[in-house]
Amino acid sequence: MSGAVALWPFVSQMNPDASTIAAGAPIEVDLTPIADGQDIKVFWRGKPIYIMHRTKKQIEEARTVPVDSLKDPATDQSRVKDGHDQWLVVIGICTHLGCIPIAHEGNYDGFFCPCHGSQYDSSGRIRQGPAPANLAVPPYNFVSDNKIQIG
Amino acid sequence: MSGPSDYKPSHPALQWFERRLPILSLMHSSFVAYPTPRNLNYWWTFGAILSFMLGIQILTGVILAMHYTPNSELAFKSVEFIVRDVNYGWLLRNMHAVGASMFFFAVYVHMFRGLYYGSYKEPREVLWILGVIIYLLMMATGFMGYVLPWGQMSFWGATVITNLFSAFPYVGDSIVTLLWGGYSVGNPTLNRFFSLHYLLPFLIAGVVVLHVWALHVAGQNNPDGLDMKTDKDSVPFTPHATIKDMFGVSVFLLLYAWLIFYMPNYLGDADNYIPANPAQTPAHIVPEWYYLPFYAMLRSIPNKLAGVVVMFSSILILVFLPWLDTARTRSCKYRPLAKQFFWIFVVVCLLLGYLGSQPPEGIYVIAGRILTFCYFAYFLIVLPLLSRIETPRPMPNSIADAVLAKGGKIVALVVAVIVAGGLVIGGARDARAEEQVTPPSLKWSFAGPLGSYDRGALQRGLKVYKEVCSNCHSLSYVAFRNLADPGGPGYSEAQVAGLASEYKIKDGPNDQGEMFERPGRPADYFPSPFPNEQAARAANGGGLPPDLSLIAKARSYERGFPWFLVDFFTQFQEQGPNYVDAILQGFEDKPPAGVTIPQGSYYNKYFPGHAIKMPKPLSDGQVTFDDGSPATVAQYAHDVTTFLMWAAEPKMEARKKLGAQVFFVLAILAFLIYFTKKRVWADAH
Repeated sequence: MSGAVALWPFVSQMNPDASTIAAGAPIEVDLTPIADGQDIKVFWRGKPIYIMHRTKKQIEEARTVPVDSLKDPATDQSRVKDGHDQWLVVIGICTHLGCIPIAHEGNYDGFFCPCHGSQYDSSGRIRQGPAPANLAVPPYNFVSDNKIQIG
Repeated sequence: MSGPSDYKPSHPALQWFERRLPILSLMHSSFVAYPTPRNLNYWWTFGAILSFMLGIQILTGVILAMHYTPNSELAFKSVEFIVRDVNYGWLLRNMHAVGASMFFFAVYVHMFRGLYYGSYKEPREVLWILGVIIYLLMMATGFMGYVLPWGQMSFWGATVITNLFSAFPYVGDSIVTLLWGGYSVGNPTLNRFFSLHYLLPFLIAGVVVLHVWALHVAGQNNPDGLDMKTDKDSVPFTPHATIKDMFGVSVFLLLYAWLIFYMPNYLGDADNYIPANPAQTPAHIVPEWYYLPFYAMLRSIPNKLAGVVVMFSSILILVFLPWLDTARTRSCKYRPLAKQFFWIFVVVCLLLGYLGSQPPEGIYVIAGRILTFCYFAYFLIVLPLLSRIETPRPMPNSIADAVLAKGGKIVALVVAVIVAGGLVIGGARDARAEEQVTPPSLKWSFAGPLGSYDRGALQRGLKVYKEVCSNCHSLSYVAFRNLADPGGPGYSEAQVAGLASEYKIKDGPNDQGEMFERPGRPADYFPSPFPNEQAARAANGGGLPPDLSLIAKARSYERGFPWFLVDFFTQFQEQGPNYVDAILQGFEDKPPAGVTIPQGSYYNKYFPGHAIKMPKPLSDGQVTFDDGSPATVAQYAHDVTTFLMWAAEPKMEARKKLGAQVFFVLAILAFLIYFTKKRVWADAH
């Protein structure tokens, strides 16, 4: 028991240190410059995050997919914020082996990962290819209609 | 221990020491008087080769660590400074990087030797397991070492491999965060990888001591798999095995020197000459060649966790080998069926290696699955089955008899092995985008073992860079003083000082706390046309003009079969310059029918995807040369590419010159050692 206690500092030091955690503090992003159909990439905690201003067509396409047919079932509604359906915020890291998928590519007008061909739809859900899960949604909330805080 | 320990030093001072720490008699009994089987072949020299390589890696590594900075902002640059500025830094870096590949090459030969001759069987099980531990430590060390230069492949390879641990349920993500020391691969990751990369080789050395100890307890195995029974079966380690090991090492060194001095980037990836960029994934993430078979197995399994488990199992299964193969006959020399399956297994491993370098599409996926199955089938099905059903051939009575009987067969499958091996090497180097039109192979003055830079071309190329390229592209690793260095454009110190003073360099702060401009000095570096990345992008339609210091080494293309095999012997490494020259001349006003180029991009025949953000930079008559060379695009392209090759590899001439001298000495050495070996062994045969 005391061995484990003695060992703990040596293990704990490997976890992110205070400055890394501080650098990973929440960021605010202004959405006004992002036009309908456009997307931007921001970095938070060293990870690329896509903020996509979805067109009506993209939202419709995402919502008419039968959820049961998905590899990682999730409704589009569960992946966006109520009342802000046109905004998709996802971490741009392919859930297969970590490459960055390209936005507005692929058969589903979503994301296409060039490394091994995984394709995500306009809700960031995996539709084709070896990736096991949907693109992760980072913690975020709307500070105002045109501003979000990520983290 | 083993061997006669009747060693008594003659000098009284040594006798005094011996009584207090009998290290001399230990060395004597282990490496001089130690009885070695008389029938060992050259596959047995790889143990000594490995010890030698471990020593070299530690020596060059510790020295490199005196100059390397393990911080993500500074690491890439520190490696370039080692290569450019540290005395013989280029040599040390090449020795260490190529040394890693040579180390793995030797360990694979060593392991396959063990498989073929049954060196893992009773009583050498612990010896074998210690070997597997050494191998695992080597893999960890190699992986972390490759991350240190912080190139694109370093960063993304680290991202992919550390991400694997997220496959474990519940604890996966916590493990990955712990490994990273942050929320992604970053500076904390690099720093700890450096610390561990420095530590692990010393752990390897410790396990190697145990490995040699375990070996000496059991005695060495031999090609006939027989135990040593009488004195006639053995020879003393020194001078017999010592001289044979020395010859093995000297031949190995010739191969090592060939790569260090003439083909240092043959086994590497051009992408690692691009600084790490977390926002841009390379088209093909490929590990170094020695990990390719395991990478292939990982990608063959559609499930993430299962793929990780299969990959680790493929190495751990080696631990169980002594209990999977229980045949009493050790050596495949006397096991006709096992011998054939062994060679099939070798080909399976090489093909898996080739697959690891290819994109996991189409037939490659199916092949990967079949071969992964074959790999495991060898250990789990074939060997246990053969233990039960195989009838071995009759073995000689003793080692002495085996030596007298002689005879040796050359297995025809060795040819297949060489072909498959060639595929691996070629595949490792050629995992590039498919959508690439091959640039024409041009004649370069710096190609080949006797190549050198054409001074005129370097000076004209500098002029092209200054008048055209420098408007958008920086050359930040080249200093004005380098223009006077030997093996370069050959300007005098005075000319360099004059050239430097034409530039305005930002300096400061002065005593008033303000930044100011001053004329350049030889020690300054070529200034960047833009103050930062954002300004560069804003001025270039969102595209970032890359720094050109390393562009000639950071670009490549597939050479295809059989050229990548031929390239090894012709020392072809001019993919980068061929590509750069082709791009400069590859602009066409009208894209071919059916090809659409987005607004803001331009059609280029040789650029992957054909849409390049750079407009055609060169036109006839743009730059006039003082020496009267033609003012044509082809001339500009050739000269500026030669200049950029020098910018990327300023030490090339010194490297090739020293290489010729080293090769000559090594060849003579190998010759002399061979004849000494023949003399020493004359009585034993």
